[in-house]
Amino acid sequence: MSAAEPRPTDARIPVEDRTRFLRRPEHRALRALALVGLVLAWEAVARAGWVPVLFLPSPVGVLAEAWAMTASGELATHLAASLRRLLLGVAVGGGLGVATGVAVGFFALADAIGTPLIAATFPIPKIALLPLLVLWLGLGEASKVAVIALGVFFPMAINTAAGVRQADPLLIRAAVAFGARRWSVIRKVILPSALPMIFAGLRLAAGTALLLLVAAEMIAVESGIGFLVLHAGNIMATTKLMVGIVLLSLLGVLSHWGLARLERLAIPWRAG
Amino acid sequence: MTVRLVLEGVSKTYVDRRGQALVALEDVSLTVAAEEFVAVLGPSGCGKSTLLQLVAGLLAPSAGRIYFEGARRDGRPLTAMVFQEFALFPWRTVQANVEFGLEELGVPAEERARRARALIELTGLAGFERRYPHQLSGGMRQRVGIARALAVNPLVLLMDEPFSALDAQTRELLQEELLTLWERTRTTVLYVTHNIQEAVFLADRVVVLSRRPGRVLADVAVTLPRPRPAALAARPAFAELVERIWGLIRDEAREALTG
Repeated sequence: MSAAEPRPTDARIPVEDRTRFLRRPEHRALRALALVGLVLAWEAVARAGWVPVLFLPSPVGVLAEAWAMTASGELATHLAASLRRLLLGVAVGGGLGVATGVAVGFFALADAIGTPLIAATFPIPKIALLPLLVLWLGLGEASKVAVIALGVFFPMAINTAAGVRQADPLLIRAAVAFGARRWSVIRKVILPSALPMIFAGLRLAAGTALLLLVAAEMIAVESGIGFLVLHAGNIMATTKLMVGIVLLSLLGVLSHWGLARLERLAIPWRAG
Repeated sequence: MTVRLVLEGVSKTYVDRRGQALVALEDVSLTVAAEEFVAVLGPSGCGKSTLLQLVAGLLAPSAGRIYFEGARRDGRPLTAMVFQEFALFPWRTVQANVEFGLEELGVPAEERARRARALIELTGLAGFERRYPHQLSGGMRQRVGIARALAVNPLVLLMDEPFSALDAQTRELLQEELLTLWERTRTTVLYVTHNIQEAVFLADRVVVLSRRPGRVLADVAVTLPRPRPAALAARPAFAELVERIWGLIRDEAREALTG
């Protein structure tokens, strides 16, 4: 309080901003520092020699290993194999999920048939189905892609159906008032209405897909990040293992960021 | 030119989940001639929005018939609607919103763009073609709503309290704009409102509905000459007519107030 300001007296009670404690400043510097701090602390612990390298390789060591693996082409092979499975699985599962979600959300008949089926099969942890899928589809790529597709299918179908049901009845009536029939309503009103929910489903699905990718790549494969992690662990190549883990973390962060960008591109009418 | 919209003994009863029946409209008969501007006036909950939805084919009547007499199937839609809550598609720009009905009619893209342009000019939206609805004020949004409806050149334009969600000043300006527009195009209009002044200012005829269940209480001809000036409300003839219609529904309104 500056000296010129009158002291509060009974005669004069100043009004204060009482919402001050509700403010949430961004603390941008702190955000960056938290991440850098973690890496620095990790490096410091590794350098101090408190923990043997076998258990905790240093960040610099991991970086050097990653560089060597990039130079030899090993990293690219694993990454390409994983991305292929991931993208195929997300495309198949996402496509089927959105189609199923629209059907269940819009058509009473599909709702009656699909909703109980989804409710019954959704809670099954998809990893548990992996052996079954291997039995059905063999040890090749198909079973890997299928388990990812399954994991993506459910959040996509459920979110799409919810998004479809949330479509504003007023807008549907407006479309009908201007001559729209069933498919026009679905294409021009229902789908754009459901788009934010579809993207929310995609964000959920991305995490599941990554999890299932790693699990699937631990069975009978010779390439992929999951294989890299498992194999490196088996031969106690901890630095290599850490490269795999950091790569997975990067994949997660990148997919999240990419989806957010894609969403902003796909939904330009969102206010703000 | 001789097209008429005819409602014959139309009733609408809603039945809720528990089987409770609610009579919204009872035995409403009404004719709207070509190039006529008819206002349907009634208190809230009198079923006047239901009436418009029945005419638009968005609801089925429980009894009675609705038809267009003397109309030919020539690709012109029977009706187009302007909604109280605008009902613009948020993911479409102004231009694309205005083109919506034309798309559904199968009008080729070039022709669509041309007709939408003309309506955008006419409704004072020029320069806003690429904006999204959320970037517009309420008044501008309803101009888009009107342009979208006029773009398809309907036999009858249905307007469901189009200005009641707007602030008083904007409402008055848009009423004047609509009047000017209508005196130019002479599109047949069925206009629902609860505002007596608005009904008298705009319409050739005011059909007064009763409280629920909605019945036709009176059919009042508005003989005020056209083109009508914005200052019409200051004239004794206008005030007289408003007073007369208010007299018809005052008791109803009071009943509604006390439940």
